[in-house]
Amino acid sequence: MDGILAAFSLTPLESEALRLSLWVSLWAMLGSLPLAVGAAWVLARHRFPGKTLFDGLLHLPLVVPPVVTGYLLLVVLGRRGLVGAWLHDQLGITFAFNWKGAALAAAVMAFPLMVRAIRLSLEAVDRGLEQAAHTLGAGPWRVFFTVTLPLTLPGILSGMVLAFARGLGEFGATITFVSNIPGQTRTLPLALYSVLQSPGGEAAAQRLCVISIVLALLALLVSEMLARRVQKRLKG
Amino acid sequence: MLSVSLKKRLGELDVEASFGRSGPGVTALFGPSGAGKTSLVNMLAGLLTPDYGRIELEGRILFDSRAKVNLPPQGRRVGYVFQEGRLFPHLSVKGNLAYGQRLAPPESRWASWDQVVELLGLEGLLERRPAKLSGGEKQRVAIGRALLASPRLLLLDEPLASLDAQRKDEVLGYLSNLTRHLAIPVIYVSHQPGEILRLADSVVRVERGRVRGVDDLDGFRRLLDSWPKERLWLS
Repeated sequence: MDGILAAFSLTPLESEALRLSLWVSLWAMLGSLPLAVGAAWVLARHRFPGKTLFDGLLHLPLVVPPVVTGYLLLVVLGRRGLVGAWLHDQLGITFAFNWKGAALAAAVMAFPLMVRAIRLSLEAVDRGLEQAAHTLGAGPWRVFFTVTLPLTLPGILSGMVLAFARGLGEFGATITFVSNIPGQTRTLPLALYSVLQSPGGEAAAQRLCVISIVLALLALLVSEMLARRVQKRLKG
Repeated sequence: MLSVSLKKRLGELDVEASFGRSGPGVTALFGPSGAGKTSLVNMLAGLLTPDYGRIELEGRILFDSRAKVNLPPQGRRVGYVFQEGRLFPHLSVKGNLAYGQRLAPPESRWASWDQVVELLGLEGLLERRPAKLSGGEKQRVAIGRALLASPRLLLLDEPLASLDAQRKDEVLGYLSNLTRHLAIPVIYVSHQPGEILRLADSVVRVERGRVRGVDDLDGFRRLLDSWPKERLWLS
């Protein structure tokens, strides 16, 4: 990794921010994936009182100012927060002012996008195929993992890429929740913000801009490639 | 021994049917579309829950509203071939065939892979994806898949309905050959007298949710001769 980064002659600040961005987005994406599949499943397959409210709450990070989300995270999961204090005392887990917090902020912000993509794909799965699997002797869990999930794969993949890309761009909630700490929470957008704050930082800012754009493009290309391959596998 | 006695209200339609069958052989459920035939087989498979009634298969109670027994589809060992095949698009033909086979309890497996593949002529199709199969081939794979789960009862819900005449004939040939080899009861849903005359040995006539009569093949043939053509729902 260092070798590759050196080949593009990135400055230490740039390579640190880039590496941190990838790391944070990766964990945000992987960590929220099981929950997103669960939430999408509940929304696609179940009717229950309060479903609209549940759906609305899930979408909240998409519509409220990111600062609000970041502030709420700080209140709930900060070191003195309701849940944060308990996590710190009981399990020794801290989200405040470290990369885990940055990943959590990115995950929360990206969650609605991921759920939407997976839900659409789940709703498109032919229930008749699941029935067929049941008549062949498969219980609910087996049907889910051998029929439903594979057929939902395109939506899951696109949800993952969306979440990853959203994580790369996350700024407001992150800086509010875990501040702007080099090596811990200073991802690409935060680094860009920092250099813009310092006099004569324009050149550095432009370089960070280019890095961000290239990264986003790469993510989209990879997702397009994966989607095509999955489509091909499904359609034969 | 299969014994069925069911009641189910489905919107405008009151399905109420009793029939039975002892030993292997093909029982046809014959009637116009909308008569409730598919609902009936769905209830046998456990995909639809009757309001009242009882289903017993080889000494096992699959459903009994009074005793509150309702086995889920995966516990019934009832094979089902759907009108539209419903092959798993993400699996090869081989994967589709093996799906139910692996799930059948080893001590009660009777279907042999080689025999099913041979009887249905699936040898050359094993590596293909369902999307690359013709309609007739799809139905043959669907039949093989249901059989390889070693069911105790096989349901076929108009398996030829979506095929053109030539494919129909092809699958019908395989089916009549196959049913002669089966030691389990088969229920064949159709509104085509021709298919029934070729496959079935007993006919349950269903109209507007009710059983209108049960005939052997000769009786059914006589009945067809006595009916004006427009009653035959020849489509």
